[in-house]
Amino acid sequence: MKIHEYQAKDIFEQYGIPVTKGRMARTAQEAKIIAEELGSTVVVKAQVHVGGRGKAGGVKIAHNPDETYSIAQTILGLEIKGLPVKKILVAEAVEIAKEFYVGITLDLSVKKIVFLVSKAGGVDIEEVAATQPEQIIKVYIDPLLGLQPFQKRQMAYALFSKKDHIHQAMDIFEKLYRVFCGLDCSLAEINPLVITPTGTETSTLLALDAKVVFDDNGLIRHPELEALRDMDVIEEEDEVEARNNGLTFIKLDGEIGCIVNGAGLAMATMDIIKLFGGEPANFLDVGGSSNPNKIVKAFQIILKNKKIKAVFINIFGGITRCDDIANGLLEAHKQMDIHVPVVIRLAGTNEEKARTILNSAHFSAYASMEEAVTQVVELAKRGQA
Amino acid sequence: MTILIDENTKVIVQGITGRDGSFHAKGMRDYGTKIVGGVTPSKGGQDLEGIPVFNTVRDAVDQTGANASVIYVPPLFAVDAIYEAVDAGLDVVVCITEGIPVLDMLSVYHYIQHKKVVLIGGNCPGIISPGKCKIGIMPGNIHKEGRVGVISRSGTLTYEVVNSLTQAGLGQSTVIGIGGDPVKGINYIELLKRFQADEFTDTIVLLGEIGGSDEEAAAAYIKQYITKPVYSFIAGKTAPEGKRMGHAGAIIAGGKGLAVDKIRILEEAGVHVLDRPDIMGNVIRGGQ
Repeated sequence: MKIHEYQAKDIFEQYGIPVTKGRMARTAQEAKIIAEELGSTVVVKAQVHVGGRGKAGGVKIAHNPDETYSIAQTILGLEIKGLPVKKILVAEAVEIAKEFYVGITLDLSVKKIVFLVSKAGGVDIEEVAATQPEQIIKVYIDPLLGLQPFQKRQMAYALFSKKDHIHQAMDIFEKLYRVFCGLDCSLAEINPLVITPTGTETSTLLALDAKVVFDDNGLIRHPELEALRDMDVIEEEDEVEARNNGLTFIKLDGEIGCIVNGAGLAMATMDIIKLFGGEPANFLDVGGSSNPNKIVKAFQIILKNKKIKAVFINIFGGITRCDDIANGLLEAHKQMDIHVPVVIRLAGTNEEKARTILNSAHFSAYASMEEAVTQVVELAKRGQA
Repeated sequence: MTILIDENTKVIVQGITGRDGSFHAKGMRDYGTKIVGGVTPSKGGQDLEGIPVFNTVRDAVDQTGANASVIYVPPLFAVDAIYEAVDAGLDVVVCITEGIPVLDMLSVYHYIQHKKVVLIGGNCPGIISPGKCKIGIMPGNIHKEGRVGVISRSGTLTYEVVNSLTQAGLGQSTVIGIGGDPVKGINYIELLKRFQADEFTDTIVLLGEIGGSDEEAAAAYIKQYITKPVYSFIAGKTAPEGKRMGHAGAIIAGGKGLAVDKIRILEEAGVHVLDRPDIMGNVIRGGQ
């Protein structure tokens, strides 16, 4: 699960990582008030779940509250890589002497947590990795030992030369690691981590940006993090509704709605529909248990998509019992108007029982995937004509 | 013969008094698996239809001589259950549980590197040697004894393929679901090695999906070491980038983990990659 920069900064602050002051705004007026409170030059930053905000015009400096208002208005009207900007972060702007990159992620090829640090901060780190890999220092953490002091020194000495900065950096590495492990992250990133200019005041390290992605499986340990999920992201609304009902749903572009049990079979079903000349409208996995209500819910969710011309139910019963699926389908028919043809393919646990249930209600189900897919693709095409 | 398990494998069920644990304990016993006991803390001394329940895995092993375990406990308790099973010295541990946090699995992964145990899963359907032993949740009746070895990241997709094999008259030596999580126990390579060495396996089926690079690693291994014919299907050609397709490990990220790349690399390694899973049996029968 992705969260926004302003949320990640709140988390960093709770863990003691120095961040710039600022708050989230939904309107230009709110942005202006925040700028007044901060009383300094501010940076206005679009809060969307994609990279490259700066290049898209989603990050701008404002020198006073009035300018903040007009810049906020502009940014709130933007669409960045297809995502409308509905929130902005207004944060104090700081002078920068130098920018660094610090990130923690998982390297699944070696099954370890890895620290990535670089003197090339403030730019797209994946580009750096591709063009100047020598600029990135990788430090692998043994999961059974955790982050060791020598590893923090290794990274701090590689990036900084002043004693103060080295100490601050080691402290930040430790705290970022605590964020990563403490909240079951799959990414915790500061890009850039900056040093402010040396002058009369003390030069210090600050996290100017923050990015955190949570491991979806880890959320079960941190139910409070669910509150950080951005409900404004329209695309996710159905996905959340599905998840709350024990389903996994992902919307696609085609015209054949899919209801399948098991993730692998659900993907394979989409692939076969395409192979036979159709286009899947969604991925939907009803999961392992077989509660008839899940089928009702699945229909409710996929039929919201007006492009759908036919529905394909493909079930290979294991834990999922075919008769539960059949009962679910009948229940769905009772509760709503299913205005498109439904093609059913059933195999596995309680298949015969399911056929009896369906036949008594004048439905029929295929046993062969090939026949069923051929049929559903044909019906969807007819529906489009 | 089979790999990893056989008719002499003695199995305990961790979480045996839970809903899934009790249902599948009975299912496995009905299939013919030697289910010798179960474990649920604080329920030691009870029994499930004659299967004795113990408080700890160690008690269960001491009193039953079990050498394998299957875990049906909720995600936040699953790794503790794995550690307990490994600590008790079991040879094979099958973890069915879905949803284990990946950081927990990192520790498990590194811990078991130094142990003799074979961990299968989590988030997997288990392992079956048809006619001999079933440890997991798969429907036993679609399987048939024979000489095809199957390795898969999925559950129901495996059933689809096994069904197609059986319908075509091809039985299976052992079918293993390695699980859909990004960090898991045993992986393709170790199992390819065992199937290659198993004189009762003639043909290997490798079922994969988008995400990660396990199929690519398997392809490199096959090219170098596997002389038996390998057939494959990779799910997720139509999956969009950046979306987790049900399984925690099934995600295309930064242009990596694509089905087309996996298919190409497997084909380069001499693997027959099918574009649909339901005809696997007929294709293999035709090829033999």
